[in-house]
Amino acid sequence: MCILKIEALNKRYGNHVALSDFHLEVPKGIVFGLLGPNGAGKTTLIRIVNQIIDQDSGKIWINGEPLKLSHVRNIGYLPEERGLYKAMKVEDQLLYFAQIKGLEAKAAGRKIHDWLEKLSLVPWRSKKIQELSKGMAQKVQFIATVIHEPNLLILDEPFSGFDPVNAEIIKNEILELKNKGTTIILSTHRMESVELLCDNIAMINKAKKILDGPVREIKKSSKRHRYRVKLMPKPGMVLPSFDHFKQEEDHVSFTVSLMGKSPNLVIQELMDYGELHGFEEMIPTIEEIFIQKINESHGE
Amino acid sequence: MANKIFLVIKREYLARVKRRSFIVATIITPLIFPTILGVFLWIALSDLPFEGAKIIEVVDENRSFVLESNEMFVFSYRGMDREQAREQVLQGNRYGYLHIPELDIDKPVGITFYSMDPPGISLIGNLEAAIQKKIEEIKLFASGIDPEFLSELKSPINIRAMRIGQGGGETVSNTVVNYGVGFLAGILIYTFIFIYGNQIMQGVIEEKSSRIIEILVSSLKPFQLMMGKIIGIGAVGLTQFLIWILLISMVSSLVMGYFGMKMPQQQMLEMSQPEIANWQGENTQLMEIMDLIQGIDFVTLIISFLIYFVGGYLLYGAFFAAIGAAVDNPSDAQQFMFPVTIPLLMAYMGLFIFVLDDPNSNASYWLSIIPFTSPVAMMGRISYGVPWMELALSIFLLTSGFLFTTWAAGKIYRIGILVHGSKVNYKTLWKWIKQN
Repeated sequence: MCILKIEALNKRYGNHVALSDFHLEVPKGIVFGLLGPNGAGKTTLIRIVNQIIDQDSGKIWINGEPLKLSHVRNIGYLPEERGLYKAMKVEDQLLYFAQIKGLEAKAAGRKIHDWLEKLSLVPWRSKKIQELSKGMAQKVQFIATVIHEPNLLILDEPFSGFDPVNAEIIKNEILELKNKGTTIILSTHRMESVELLCDNIAMINKAKKILDGPVREIKKSSKRHRYRVKLMPKPGMVLPSFDHFKQEEDHVSFTVSLMGKSPNLVIQELMDYGELHGFEEMIPTIEEIFIQKINESHGE
Repeated sequence: MANKIFLVIKREYLARVKRRSFIVATIITPLIFPTILGVFLWIALSDLPFEGAKIIEVVDENRSFVLESNEMFVFSYRGMDREQAREQVLQGNRYGYLHIPELDIDKPVGITFYSMDPPGISLIGNLEAAIQKKIEEIKLFASGIDPEFLSELKSPINIRAMRIGQGGGETVSNTVVNYGVGFLAGILIYTFIFIYGNQIMQGVIEEKSSRIIEILVSSLKPFQLMMGKIIGIGAVGLTQFLIWILLISMVSSLVMGYFGMKMPQQQMLEMSQPEIANWQGENTQLMEIMDLIQGIDFVTLIISFLIYFVGGYLLYGAFFAAIGAAVDNPSDAQQFMFPVTIPLLMAYMGLFIFVLDDPNSNASYWLSIIPFTSPVAMMGRISYGVPWMELALSIFLLTSGFLFTTWAAGKIYRIGILVHGSKVNYKTLWKWIKQN
């Protein structure tokens, strides 16, 4: 069953269409990437799921139930624009965020302590946020998002604003939560940053979904069976004109297409030209697939 | 759901009450009033006769000017000549001496005052008044009229205003007391709305600019957040007022108690006969004031004060919250302050120009009915007595007023808190209110 299902969602701001007939299904227990350039409609979608704004039309289900107010207990949300009360103590702050999500004070206290220990923040628990370093405040921010143990974690541009060390820590925490069964939705315009993290992705452009599915399958179906070749030509050998031909210091590089032949056969043919140093399939990056998809949709 | 509003109220309340600035302001402010009061009393008491009064030797060559001592100076008649008097002044036994040469009663010239320190205007004025009075008496006596009789002619008049109640009862009503009550209550509400309304605005701007807001509204309805903030800050204000009232009355009664103890016992012994009579006269005036205070309908006064205090705060609090939500920083808030400051200022000025001057005029009526001005203006009328129908209408309109402003502010707030960096004007606000 899907933890999140969206059907025919529409949202306009005046004349601007933010989401148009949007459908989405997010399976349980995976990391789901919501990709697209700035202004594509990602944040609008996330805000609607978080019930911060209302859709104009369309339906949303969480765990098979129509979206309702009490679902805030099941969702953890780290917005792109985030912050903390500067003059509030770390512990008080986390308690407040847990309580407004619907957690009892007693249960929250225990969880807060566990998390502070895990991210080595215990010595700072009675300090105000303004007394903390930026990195530490970021950790507190992350704890505030997950303190109520949501089934669905929605992170909008989670790595922007985090320094590399903290980004790594957060990445590991995300994977650990996933192993415990939490579903995580990552929204970002920096596609390369989530390629390795996501199981599934959906691509959004100009209020519309243009592609979705498991990353592996998307990549497989986007393969164009082209290979990058590194070759040291035999002396005096005249090479046919290859694509992307480049003369390097001691070798040449170019790309070939299989043209229905098997890779082994192509390798054999190439060996006639000289000594083969490399033969590697060119797998498109998510970003390349995205650009290709946009071009396709423009062509339609 | 109500539970979540309570969480917001609690956070807003504790976050402010725990601040050092709150604790300092709460303790220092009430100490200022009694201190001022104490200083005044101390000055007043140390100026009383026989202690700080100046002794003046009168050298009277007519032997008929027996001047009455008063609070400022005591006259001494030792029958000295000018040389002796001068000696006494130089030795510091006398502040100065007054030389009255032989006078033509119709043309009193040549009276001179000698002292080491140059005398102030008020001292000279007082001396002149004392001599003038004496001459008057002498002249009256000469013309056959008994000065005693003349003073009996002047009887002090004090009109007692009685209010006829609907039920047939009569209560003492005093314009001065009513004025004071209306003035105080009106100003208190006005100040409270401004100070704590501003805090609401600052609080909203803080949440917006520190970007906490989106996290909050993913867990709470914007309306819960707004109401929680308004109520929480209002509770902080009430707490502060309550502590002030307690502290002021405690310290004041300490100060008054200290001086009060000293006053009757020591002073009574030192007072001369006419002064005791005078003091008792003042005392009957005190009794009259007590009588007047008892004439005030405290139940109505306190209940309506609380209603207008809370109603006015909620009405304007919603405004302040909406303004905070519409802007990114306090300096941008200035452009939206007019709808708040203008009616409040009108209420404030109306209180002085119309309501306290004539609580039953047309202007006073409307000012106390329209919800934007009624919290301040009605308090100016309450102690004079307001018909129940008018009071009910005014409270009904105030309640609808704050329901309306809260509704409109909620709409602006809901959208405004998520808008960053774009310039907002009245047109955009109107668009937000219309938007679903």
